Formats: sequence, C-alpha cells, structure tokens
Amino acid sequence: MISKATRVAMAALLLGASTLAVQAEGWMPEAPECIAPANPGGGWDFTCRQVGKVMQDEGLIDKTMQVVNLAGGGGGVAYAETVNKRNDSDDLLVAASSSTATRLAQGAYPGNTVDQVRWVASIGADYGVIAVAKSSPITTLPELLAQMKENPASIAVAGGSAVGGWDHLKVLIAANAYGIEDVRKVKYIAFDGGGEAVTQLLAGSVQAFTGDLSEAKGFVDSGDIRVIAVLAPERLEGEFAAFPTAREQGVDALGANWRGFYAPGGMSDEAYNAWVEKVATLYASDEWKAVMAANGIAPLDLQGAEFDKFVHESIAQIQSLSREIGIIK
Amino acid sequence: MDTLTHLADGFTIALTWQNLGLALLGAFLGTIIGALPGLGPSNGVAILIPLAFSLGLGATPALILLTSVYYGAMYGGRISSILLNIPGDEPAMMTCLDGHPMAKKGMAGEALSLSGIASFVGSIVATWGLILLAPQLVKIALLFGPAEYFALFTLAFATLGGVSSTNQAKSAFAAALGIGLAMVGVDTQTGVPRFTFGEVHLYDGIDFLVAIVGLFALSEVFLFLEHRHGASDAAGKKIEIGRILPPVKMIKDTSGTMIRSTGIGFLAGVLPGAGASLGSFLAYALEKKISDKDGTFGKGDPRGLAAPEAGNNAAAGGALVPMLALGVPGSGTTAVLLAVLLSLNITPGPLLFTQNPDVVWGLIAALFIANFMLLLLNIPMVGLFTRILMVPPRILMPIVAMVSFVGIYGISGSSFDLYVMIGFGMLGWVLRKLDVPLVPIILGTLLGNAMESNLRRAIAISDGDWSALFASPVSLVLWAVAIAGFLLPIVVGKVVKSRMHGARQTAQSEEMDATD
Repeated sequence: MISKATRVAMAALLLGASTLAVQAEGWMPEAPECIAPANPGGGWDFTCRQVGKVMQDEGLIDKTMQVVNLAGGGGGVAYAETVNKRNDSDDLLVAASSSTATRLAQGAYPGNTVDQVRWVASIGADYGVIAVAKSSPITTLPELLAQMKENPASIAVAGGSAVGGWDHLKVLIAANAYGIEDVRKVKYIAFDGGGEAVTQLLAGSVQAFTGDLSEAKGFVDSGDIRVIAVLAPERLEGEFAAFPTAREQGVDALGANWRGFYAPGGMSDEAYNAWVEKVATLYASDEWKAVMAANGIAPLDLQGAEFDKFVHESIAQIQSLSREIGIIK
Repeated sequence: MDTLTHLADGFTIALTWQNLGLALLGAFLGTIIGALPGLGPSNGVAILIPLAFSLGLGATPALILLTSVYYGAMYGGRISSILLNIPGDEPAMMTCLDGHPMAKKGMAGEALSLSGIASFVGSIVATWGLILLAPQLVKIALLFGPAEYFALFTLAFATLGGVSSTNQAKSAFAAALGIGLAMVGVDTQTGVPRFTFGEVHLYDGIDFLVAIVGLFALSEVFLFLEHRHGASDAAGKKIEIGRILPPVKMIKDTSGTMIRSTGIGFLAGVLPGAGASLGSFLAYALEKKISDKDGTFGKGDPRGLAAPEAGNNAAAGGALVPMLALGVPGSGTTAVLLAVLLSLNITPGPLLFTQNPDVVWGLIAALFIANFMLLLLNIPMVGLFTRILMVPPRILMPIVAMVSFVGIYGISGSSFDLYVMIGFGMLGWVLRKLDVPLVPIILGTLLGNAMESNLRRAIAISDGDWSALFASPVSLVLWAVAIAGFLLPIVVGKVVKSRMHGARQTAQSEEMDATD
C-alpha cells in the first residue's frame, strides 16, 4: 500500500498540480474493469493491461483496473456480453481495434451493430506495411502493384487475417488506389497470424507480405525483409522514418490498425465523459508516450464524438470494399 | 566455444537464490497445473502471467518462472494420464495408451518415475539442441511451405491406423469425426462461419481442451455412475502401486526409445504449428512400428510410455526455437510466452540472440535448472501422487468432475463451454461402449484445421494446380513415408498376425499337451 501511495504521489508531483485537481473533483469508477475480448497475449489484452497500468500510475483511477479476458467469436462474445448483460455498467471499458470495426462492418457479430455501444477514444494506431523478401527484385510499391495488375497470378500476398480481414483489406486499399479495377483478382493467402505470414515470405512460398509494422519489425531490423510501403499519412518517427509511405510513391492509400475502447451503450453521460477525459489525459502523459515508442505504436489521437465519427466512417469504407470483393452483399 | 561462454554467462544470471526459488515454485505449480485435467501448459502460463507482473519481476526472472511452469506442466500432464486414464493436457493424450495399462498392472510407481526420466531425457537433449542448432533449425522451418505442412499432417493421419486400435475402421471413423469437429467455427481462409448455427461462441471453433476433458474425464465419471453399484468401488482399493524407481533393466530397454523419440519430438516442435501433440503422436507411432514385435503396445509396454513422454517434452524444447528465432510460436504455450516477451519489450526474431543475449542465455540456463528441479521434485513425489489411486472412486470421481468444470470454465469464463464439455462427455461415454478409440478424435480436432488451411493455401498459391503438393523434395519424402506408413501395417500386419496366430496356437496346443 505504501509503495502504491508513493507511486501515485510521485506521479502527481511529476505531472504537477493540474492532474490532482482533475482527479479530485472528477467522477471515479468504483471498480474499474476492462474486457479484453481475446486470450491473454494478444493486442486487445495488451491494450487493457497497459492502459490499466498507466492509468493507475498517473492517478486517473484509484483502484487497479481489473482485466477480464473474454475470448470468442473474434470479439463477438465480448460485444454481445456488453450489449446484453452489461449495458448499464459505468465502470466498464472494452478493448477494440480495426478488426472490431471490420467484423461489425461485415455483420460478423450476429445481431449486433455499431450503435449499440458508446465509442470512447483511441490510444494509438499500428500502420499497415507492405513488404517483400530482401532477395525480391521488386523495390517499390508501384512496381509490385504494376506486376499485380499485369499478371495477378504471379504475386501471392500473405497476411495474418482471414480473407476479408483487415490485413487483406489493406492490400486491397493499395490496389484500389493504384487503379486495379477488379480487386478480386489480387491473390491473398491467409495465415494464422502475422508471424506465420512473414515466415512464409522468408520461405519463398509467397511474394509479398501485408501486416502491421509491429509484426514485421524483428525481420526488418535483421534485414531479411524490405518494407516497400507504410500506409501512413506521412513518414513515421524515429527508427521507422526510413520507410517510404505509399502516398509519396503516388499511391494514395492509408491503412491504420487503430486501438481504442468502447463502453456500454447505457453508460451515464457523466461516466462516459469522465472516461473520455481520462483516456485523453493518459494519451498526453509521458509514460504513455514511452509505451507507444517501445511498441511501435503511431499517434492517433481521437476522443469522444470525434472517435465515434471515425469508427462510423471506417466501417462505411470497409463495407464498400467488402461489397466489391463479395464478402458481403 | 562461444556458445559455452554464453551459456556460462547465462548460468551466472540465472543462479541467484531468487531465481532458483522462482524455478522451484514454477516447477511445482506447473506440475500441479499439468496434472489437473482442463489446465494445460498454455493456460497455466497464462494464469501465472499476472503473478509474474505483480511481483514486479524483471525480464529474466519472469521468464524463469514462466518457463518452469511450462516445463512443469509438460511433466505433470502425464500423472493423471497414467493414474486415471485422463490426459492432463493434450500432448499427454498418447501417454494414456500404455501408461494407464501399466498402472493397472500394478506398476504405477514405475510408470510415473520412468515417464519422469523419459521427460527429463527429452527436454535436456532438446535444450542442448536449442543451444547448438537454433540457427540451423530455423532453416528447416523455412523449408516447410503450405504443401509440405499438408504432407506432414497427412503423414500423421496415415500412421494413425496402427496406433490406437486393433480395428482400423473404427480408428478411421474416429479420425473423420475429429476432422469434422475441427470444421466448426469461422473458416480462417474466407472468414465464413461454418456449422455455428449463428452461435457466436462457436465462431472460434471447439476448444480441444473442452473436447479432451469431456471425452476422457467426464465420460470416465459417467462410466462410474453407470457402474456405481457394481464392482468398481472394490476394484479401486486393490490397485497396487509397485516400486517407486524403475528397475535398471527397464531404463536400459527404453533408452533407445527415448533417444529416437526425442529426435522426432524435437523436429516436430521446431515446425511452427505442429507442436508437442504431433511430436508425442509421431514418436509413439514410429516406436510402435520399430519395436512392437510382440503386440504389447497399448497393453502397458514401458517403451510405449517412454516414447510419447520423451517426444512431447523434446517438442516443448523444440517449440522454443521458432519462437525465439522467428517470433513464430510453435505451440499454444509458446504463443503465450511470446506475448510475455513482447510485453517485457523484447522482440523475438532473428536478432534476439545478438540484441538480448542476457535474456536468451538466462532463459536457456533456466531451462536446465527447471529440468533438474523437476526430476528432483518428481521422483520423490511419485509416492505421493500414487496415493491418488488409493482414493476410492466414489470420492475421486466427484473431484474429477469438479476439477473438469472449474478448469474449463476458467479457460473462457463462459457457461457455453460447459455445455459443450457435457456433450463431449456423453459422446465419449457412447463411443467407449462402441469401443471406438478416442485419441484419433482429438488428433483430428487438433490437426484438422491446420491440415485443411494448408491444403487450401498450397492450392491457392499454385492457382489450382494440384501437382504443387508434390513439387518439393521435402514433400515427396513425407508422402513416401505416409504411403508406406499406411500400407505397411495392412500388408505386413496380416502376415505378422497370421504368424502370431499360428505361434499362439502351437503354444496353446503344446500347453495342452503338457497338461495332458
């Protein structure tokens, strides 16, 4: 207890009095809880645990955030639980990401829609990358896409999500932006996770890789694979600045795997606003910046109404792409 | 020599009182977790992650604790397989086949300690393999594309017939049932739900732990309920434990088995996606092909016990190779360990050995320490574990039922899985009555999905050209072994059987002559 108190005090000292004022008058959850809709270890689990830890360190919550792993249905079980059983809870956040939006867009959560919950805020994004093996003759994104357009069968692209999943959609967004009309011709091979997909790129089974920067990082550092495009609006910071964006190569494609939270639809406005405020304070903290830097998370700073609009827009974009490739009718 | 210097450095990092204590704690908890049906290495490690973090451990101590739990669970899985015929986790499934018959013959003590030794040999050799061969082994993993994986899984199913039943048709039926069950869930290739009936809990497919606990543990409970007034109570009390240490001759007889099985298990572990279950299965299948000349496998042959145990523990070591060197987990547990590494800000991958040598070598030293701890911990505890056999079934069975329910509920926290488990319990009860082997069902659910997706990936990459499945030397070799493994028992088996039949008849008639 003493160490916790000291830590809070130290955090408060570091941050100055302003944080103290906010936490003194603001609403506090009685038993803060975060549902990670997957087993321990995945991205959602990471989101809950890291945010819980930093929030407590910063004094934004006065009790430990309890993390509940509720795996199943690619997040569908947790979504249904939130809508059906926890709709009035003020203390609950649920981790979400682009794949939550993708599944909502494609109707993969049976009977659930985007408007049944309240979208709280984003905490960052993993930008998509397209990479080839170091021995590949292809060195730029337009080269890859040109070959794809000319002879679609010659390029197999590996990714860690199912057909119609986010990794697949990223490469389609790029193909679409380059002017490949019939994106269904793009040959996408689904593997169980980005790591397996990268391994198959190294093994020479496939010609290109689509995934997140964090999945590819180890192999980029070792020089085994070459990132030919980052699907970010501008070059990333730090060690990632060497990778060209798709935009600067004339392909106007953006693909961010955002991470964030939703809350129960029946959450009171007071609690919702307080959570939005808390995530915003978290996002601005130095400790969170360190977490982002260590894990290769890029900035994406959206809260409350802005975030809600962003989620709705990305769902609309995914729906139109999914219709084109025939995933939904 | 460089390697040995690194290893010595690793030991200086790992050999502190705190780390030794953590290794002991992890090994003990892991053994218990592995022994409980429903709790396997992967959820054992997952459960203890919060403990590692809340203790505020650094990277190396946290890894030492968690890998001790991992290895401990691999050791512990065998205990309930041998004593109760209920696998503690999925790789321990094959241990039931000869381990439980040994216990029934009054050799429970020998079975437990022999399997402990086999586990030790498997993991210690695999750990050396990890040290010396990790960079080369990565290249083997890179030889395996989708077509080769498909051939490998076909090989597993082709050798199935000879393994688990005298009736090949029943084995084939059970395997088909398992593959069918694997089809439930969202198709990983297209994202289309199959056989889910709109039930969101089925989207991720059927968790094979739920299937194992239902098929093995609950059906055992149902059988007990059925015979409640019968002889089972009386039979339970009379089980003999046997000696604690196996005779030297038994160890000598099984040493060849252990070495062969370690090799196979290790290679299976190195291939991402194949993992410990395939390792123990292939080790058993091969050993049966090589050594089972008298048809004693499945009836309590020590070699049939040593093979899967050495195999699955070697695979556990092998699975660390792709996890550390490629960042690709070779099994469910290494997936959890990978997540731990990532949250400790360590990125596994080709540069891990050069960027974080302290972590890697500390971890490897920890593996050695955990292994010796486990051997030391397990042999004296054999006496304690075997007491379980003294517990009358009317007390034991309710405990088995309770542990099953708690364990399965702990995985996902949903009552839906409990219903599925009860369903599997009923199914297991019916299948046991019909004398259908249960192991092929589990193998089918474990490997069915991976087999299907790799076939589809291979065909998609080749644009529908089926010859791609036979295009590489690796896949050709695998296909040849698969075909031989499938056909030989049918052809040779008949010859051997008729010969044995003949031999038995002459023996019987001689006996009759003698009595006359």
